[in-house]
Amino acid sequence: MVLPHGGKLVERLDFREERREEAFELPRKNISLDEARDLANIGHGVFSPLEGYMLREDFENVLYEGRLSNDLPWTIPIVMDISRKEIKEIIEGDQIALFYKDEPMGLLEIEEIYRYDKKLYAEKVFKTTDVSHPGVAELMKKEDFLVGGKITLLKDPPSDFERYRLWPKETRILFKEKGWKTVVGFQTRNAPHLGHEYVQKAALTFVDGLFINPLIGKKKPGDFKDEVIIRAYEVLLDHYYPKNSVVLAVLETEMRYAGPREAIFHAIIRKNFGCTHFIVGRDHAGVGNFYGPYEAWDIFREYPDLGITPLFFRSFFYCKRCGGIVNEKICPHGNEYRVDFSGTKIRKMFLRGEKPPETMMRPEVAEVIAQFEEPFVK
Amino acid sequence: MSKEEKEKEEAKKERRFTTISIPTPLYNKIKERIKGTGFTSVSSYVTFVLREVLAEVEKEEEPFSKEDEEKVKARLRALGYLD
Repeated sequence: MVLPHGGKLVERLDFREERREEAFELPRKNISLDEARDLANIGHGVFSPLEGYMLREDFENVLYEGRLSNDLPWTIPIVMDISRKEIKEIIEGDQIALFYKDEPMGLLEIEEIYRYDKKLYAEKVFKTTDVSHPGVAELMKKEDFLVGGKITLLKDPPSDFERYRLWPKETRILFKEKGWKTVVGFQTRNAPHLGHEYVQKAALTFVDGLFINPLIGKKKPGDFKDEVIIRAYEVLLDHYYPKNSVVLAVLETEMRYAGPREAIFHAIIRKNFGCTHFIVGRDHAGVGNFYGPYEAWDIFREYPDLGITPLFFRSFFYCKRCGGIVNEKICPHGNEYRVDFSGTKIRKMFLRGEKPPETMMRPEVAEVIAQFEEPFVK
Repeated sequence: MSKEEKEKEEAKKERRFTTISIPTPLYNKIKERIKGTGFTSVSSYVTFVLREVLAEVEKEEEPFSKEDEEKVKARLRALGYLD
């Protein structure tokens, strides 16, 4: 089994009732659901080797080098922002309680409070400061200070997908029980069309197991709603996938749309879940025209020590001459024969009340999506 | 960039990098080798190779306790992931 990132799976959990009661006595900071989800991701080791929110040294190293201060690959800052007003009520060395909707979710030992430069953050992580980029827009809404230190998770945040929520310890035991030595991880924020299915199946041909891991959390308008993605995958797996070779589980964190840097982040997370391989498609975690179509492939060359093998796939399409799903590497025919699986095209079809043809999407999947009155994030 | 900012940047750079010595003929060989490869300096090539080599030296994973493992398996069975 592949080692967790940094060599050891982090577990910072204390679910005892008395610890939660103690939290009510501590200074309190309210957090959002997305923040509570990332708190749980730290606590359960999804973000191993992180044990809390980044201190300045790690934060700056991630910005400048795409690595933690101990040289371990890491590309997305995991930080907790804090307002000037909140700073006045706490000092370094304090312990505070993190509350979501009046429930104590975690404890934070404050090791450092520091100011940061949002513009620099945006330039380094998103490669742009343009606020039309959804990741930059979210960043600009954050407070001006960051607070770093170790956390303890007191409770798992609520989830609409409890049945599909697995933590790295669980997936690692599951893969071992299934006898999988090699596992390929697939990141998605979309309902599956035939292109996704072919990428996954092509990868599965070479490994023991496929781990489909849709991202559940804050997304931009126009993306598929979480429930639609899960229902679509349920029906796809039920009809078209070998049961013993596939695991479907959710990853609850927000999309950052940081393109190449987020591709590395996504790969590290899947390594922690126990994957040996990770699928990287065209414009992975990209948005609009902010990143080149294959920039997310190039960045992997900078990380020979990542510890998970990327599998690069070109987009698949339906070729009328070939009479099947192919990609540009294996199909000699021109554009006039191609039916592209464009997300925009598929979205427009559903919005018009049409279902995509069978050359684009499995009819059972299209049927499930069509049953939703509003399948897209507004 | 102001003088103070430049100094800060330099100090940060110093903290992030250090110098090591390698034989000059080896340095020259690497310099030849990286031509047209995308590596911008001998340093970046050496860093790449060392990271690759060090990553290969992996330790054994710490096993989960029997109790933990049984608890997890029970949940996986309840969720339908295991028979």
